[in-house]
Amino acid sequence: MTDASRYMGLPSRYQRPSALAFLGYAAAIVIILWSFAGAGFSIDKVISSPPRFADFIVRAFPPNLDPKVLARLGWKMLETLQIALAGAVIGIILSVPIALLAARGLIAPTWINQIVRTALGFIRAVPDIAWALVFVVAVGLGPFAGMLAIAIDTIGFCGRFFADDMEAADKGPSESLTATGARKLDVVACATIPAAMPAFISTSLFATEKAVRSSTILGLVGAGGIGIELKVGFDLFDYPTAMTVILMIAVVVISIEYLSGWARTKIIGEQR
Amino acid sequence: MFVRCIRMQATHSSTISLVTELSVETLVAPARPDQTGAVVSAPVLPVDLRVAGLAKSFAGTPIFKDVSFGLSRGEAVAIVGANGTGKSTLLRCLMGLIPADAGVINVLGTDVQNASSAGLRAMRAQMGLVSQKHNLVPRLSVLSNVVQGLLGQRPGFRHWSQSFAPIASREAALAALEKVGLAHLANRRADRLSGGQSQRVAIARALVGQPKILIADEPTASLDPAAGEDVMDLFFDLARQEGVTVIFISHNIDHALRYGERVLGLADEGMPLDARASSLSAQDLRGLYD
Ligand SMILES: Nc1ncnc2c1ncn2[C@@H]1O[C@H](COP(=O)(O)OP(=O)(O)OP(=O)(O)O)[C@@H](O)[C@H]1O
Ligand SMILES: [Mg+2]
Repeated sequence: MTDASRYMGLPSRYQRPSALAFLGYAAAIVIILWSFAGAGFSIDKVISSPPRFADFIVRAFPPNLDPKVLARLGWKMLETLQIALAGAVIGIILSVPIALLAARGLIAPTWINQIVRTALGFIRAVPDIAWALVFVVAVGLGPFAGMLAIAIDTIGFCGRFFADDMEAADKGPSESLTATGARKLDVVACATIPAAMPAFISTSLFATEKAVRSSTILGLVGAGGIGIELKVGFDLFDYPTAMTVILMIAVVVISIEYLSGWARTKIIGEQR
Repeated sequence: MFVRCIRMQATHSSTISLVTELSVETLVAPARPDQTGAVVSAPVLPVDLRVAGLAKSFAGTPIFKDVSFGLSRGEAVAIVGANGTGKSTLLRCLMGLIPADAGVINVLGTDVQNASSAGLRAMRAQMGLVSQKHNLVPRLSVLSNVVQGLLGQRPGFRHWSQSFAPIASREAALAALEKVGLAHLANRRADRLSGGQSQRVAIARALVGQPKILIADEPTASLDPAAGEDVMDLFFDLARQEGVTVIFISHNIDHALRYGERVLGLADEGMPLDARASSLSAQDLRGLYD
């Protein structure tokens, strides 16, 4: 109270919510509780799961370190990385022309921007594993289906963010090149893309990390890579091998994240 | 084509001498335009640029209205006015970079307001613009930035970078850099230049296409006094010797009076001043800023 009397204009620390805001909060709480119910949340299972989880751990340890198994899994891991890299590179390259069409005020009229952005939104809305299922049907089982799934997933991601990067790029150089009488395409190639390049590199590295993470589970639906070993391990109750696979994936994914972070500072950090 | 060849030769042969000349000329005060006026007014002077009743507003706020003036070939004109009076906006309208609200703009025979995009490009290819910010492409070399100044005349990937450019274009770019005294920095990355060096590279980019009209928005703002004089001397020589029409914005009253044969002044949403520099005093121009 003394606060308020000394500084008349000072707003109170907590503002009482309006009736509408209050209804909003109440609705949010109801929806969250309802979601727990829908997810089959059960205290019983929470209480009984630690012992079962411990049971899995006990049966999975020690992980299968048989050299022959390790060699087989190593080759599968390599295939996984190849799927990720090939898919990501194709996706990143195709994303550039697609992003040019998606970026507002660049080379395409607004209605084309809208169509392309909507299509990219659709691609992102479909999960990568669903794309893998689609491509398994289209081109058959194997890593090629996985690579296509990664490529299209990357286009959904990079197409959108490349477009945003180009829209955010400094307009000065492109205005100056427009003033020389250059064509739109030349202006984009000479001013807009170079200006957006650090952002492109950063986005591409994220896309590659994402591709590696996705590629490890594509095997679950027969689209190549190490995921199949995980599935077989669990199906045959061969938990030690499954554990080896999980640890391997963890090590590879963490290394890739570290590597891409290093590359990011190396390429972009130095240029600034 | 024939005319172009002659102009090309003229620049190439005068390039080397210009550089030495520039440094010497800073010692000697450049001749006032009106004293050498006889050289400028050769036979007939075709009109290069005509503006009538030009108006522009941003989001309902009028910047200027009813601006009219005309420029003859080879004229050097200074535009002055307080901050925010619309000088840069006026230049953007002249090049068709932003649309004007009303009025007629005719540049080199092109009706800017109604021209097709190909028509606008053809017009811009005969002009050179030095913007208020240097606007170089940061990640490219200085030489590549200057080569890109030729994109209007020679579209296509060969002028995206100096690496792909034909030898003639690379030489022209180097010659333009020599004119601004920066040939030794041709390989430097553009974002590793000082502010004044960047500004001079931007000037070289505007000059490389041998424009008929050169438009410069505060070209000397970030230059030291000597470099500023060098650049203004260079512009003045272009106007006098090669018949280039030069329009420059300047907050430097001395420059405006010394290098502009004519001075246009923007104030109060209009252009109250359009006079020959010889008839103006520094005091007259100061009045414009009150
Ligand atoms: N794209 C834009 N959108 C909205 N307002 C703008 C835009 N560009 C310029 N303006 C406004 O128009 C007015 C004129 O701007 P302009 O850049 O032409 O001024 P100027 O005469 O060049 O000033 P200075 O001497 O500071 O360079 C300013 O008030 C500015 O805020
Ligand atoms: Mg300005």
